Amino acid sequence: MPFMEFVNFYLMPGIVLGSIYALGAVGITLVFGILRFAHLAHGDLATLGAFAALGVVTIFGVSPWVALPVAMVVCAFMAIGIDKLFYDYLSERPKIIVVMSSLGIALMLRAVVQVVWGVDTETYTRGIVRPDDYWGIRIRDREIYTIIAMFVIVGVLWAFLQKTKWGKAMRAMSDNPDLALLSGVDNRKITMLTWGIVGILCAASGFFLGINTELKPLMGWTMLLPMFAAAILGGVGRVEGAVIGGLIVGIAEETSVLFIPGEYKAAMAFAILLLILLVRPTGLLKGKVL
Amino acid sequence: MTSQAIAEQPMSKNSVQQKYSGKPILTMTGVRGGYGDADILQGVDMQVTEQEIVVIVGPNGAGKSTAMKAIFGLLKVRGGSIVVNGTDIAGWKPNRIVQHGVCYVPQVNNIFREMTIHENLEMGAFLRKGDISESLERVYTLFPDLKERRSALAGNLSGGQRQMVAMGRALMLNPSLLLLDEPTAGLSPKYMEQIFEITRNLRDAGLSILLVEQHAKQALAFADKGYVLAAGSNRHEGTGQELLADREVAEMFLGG
Repeated sequence: MPFMEFVNFYLMPGIVLGSIYALGAVGITLVFGILRFAHLAHGDLATLGAFAALGVVTIFGVSPWVALPVAMVVCAFMAIGIDKLFYDYLSERPKIIVVMSSLGIALMLRAVVQVVWGVDTETYTRGIVRPDDYWGIRIRDREIYTIIAMFVIVGVLWAFLQKTKWGKAMRAMSDNPDLALLSGVDNRKITMLTWGIVGILCAASGFFLGINTELKPLMGWTMLLPMFAAAILGGVGRVEGAVIGGLIVGIAEETSVLFIPGEYKAAMAFAILLLILLVRPTGLLKGKVL
Repeated sequence: MTSQAIAEQPMSKNSVQQKYSGKPILTMTGVRGGYGDADILQGVDMQVTEQEIVVIVGPNGAGKSTAMKAIFGLLKVRGGSIVVNGTDIAGWKPNRIVQHGVCYVPQVNNIFREMTIHENLEMGAFLRKGDISESLERVYTLFPDLKERRSALAGNLSGGQRQMVAMGRALMLNPSLLLLDEPTAGLSPKYMEQIFEITRNLRDAGLSILLVEQHAKQALAFADKGYVLAAGSNRHEGTGQELLADREVAEMFLGG
């Protein structure tokens, strides 16, 4: 197989898919690191974000790119609201109860999407977009924007966590929650801030999956396993690790069809997850021990 | 030790309080409480006045660290009062107590391992608004080792340097009362002496310090006042020198 064929049909789609996974995995790693539980409603929150953007596109007739920030705000408030109503209420209980409740939230979110938008497959825009040719690399504009947007969004988050007072407080809470409280950090505010950021990341990952493929009520749920695999592969609690993990899982899934039947593509994430848990449970960049 | 034995020990609280005429920073009176339903503290009385080092010593399980945690709101206080700077803070949440001028350095897990030394100190000043460079400079003057390695991750430091980061973090809020829970546990003699010297310097600079120490002899030698706790209540109290000279104290807690 010629090299350019590999790049165009396997590597580039893998990077695009990996960017979408990365956006989700960063959110999962934040919830894991700061709130210390596996958030199973993550995929369905992404679905909600994707459909919220669709709602804005159909009602106001605007470009999907205008709808994205609106979807981010909707998802951020949704995530904060869910936390206030459910997770915060359960915060004193064993973590497994919170994890199971997040599975319930996942089903509720999916039901909301199905009630409002129906069960059919939708798209943001009609028609086929042909890829452009850049020095032999064939790529669509929306794919370029997906990759750039992932790096910009994660870059902004990175800078926020490294440079600002509240970002440092989030890292402190992830590092040593007791000491963060002793330093006067209000854990309620950190929790709300975290959910706001997680909502924004979910909306972005759902939106980019929707714009590169189609919108389906199950779209987020099917992304859940690859996103978790990416977060654990990168090292739980490590934002940059989640990006690397997302890209690896995405590329592995897309290139796997060279060796195994396409139907088994989704199993790649599972295989990676198993392997990393066996070989290096703390992830590529040393993360928290689960 | 039975409760009867405690009852037989007359408390010399009043006499000690009279010896010190400084302004009281912390006054604990009859503090009872514990983590679960059982009271670990069975009525503890203590006073720290302005600009003094007070050491709590006693055998394992005497409630030394528990008494300190009670001040900081980390356990249920079921009786008695904890007055700091004229306000009863019993039952307050830690983040409110911090704002009231009390800072606490736990014995373990007292640094942010994945953050740099500089960021650890910044987190210490989390509640402060405005410029913190003066406090940073003060902490770096106290701990010159830290200034050199300010960008190093705190988790990569030696035990003694970690303890300095932990103390530095607590000093960033310019507290009036500093609580140190066994700051020298597991440190080499060289670092222990250094930590004790810094503690003395902080006192001389105007801070009040309450210290829980395993190294009772060394700590009592420079303490202004000491309390011996046993089975969750006061057993002895006096100046550091008095306690060192007391034969019963020496036999019971200082290893003869």
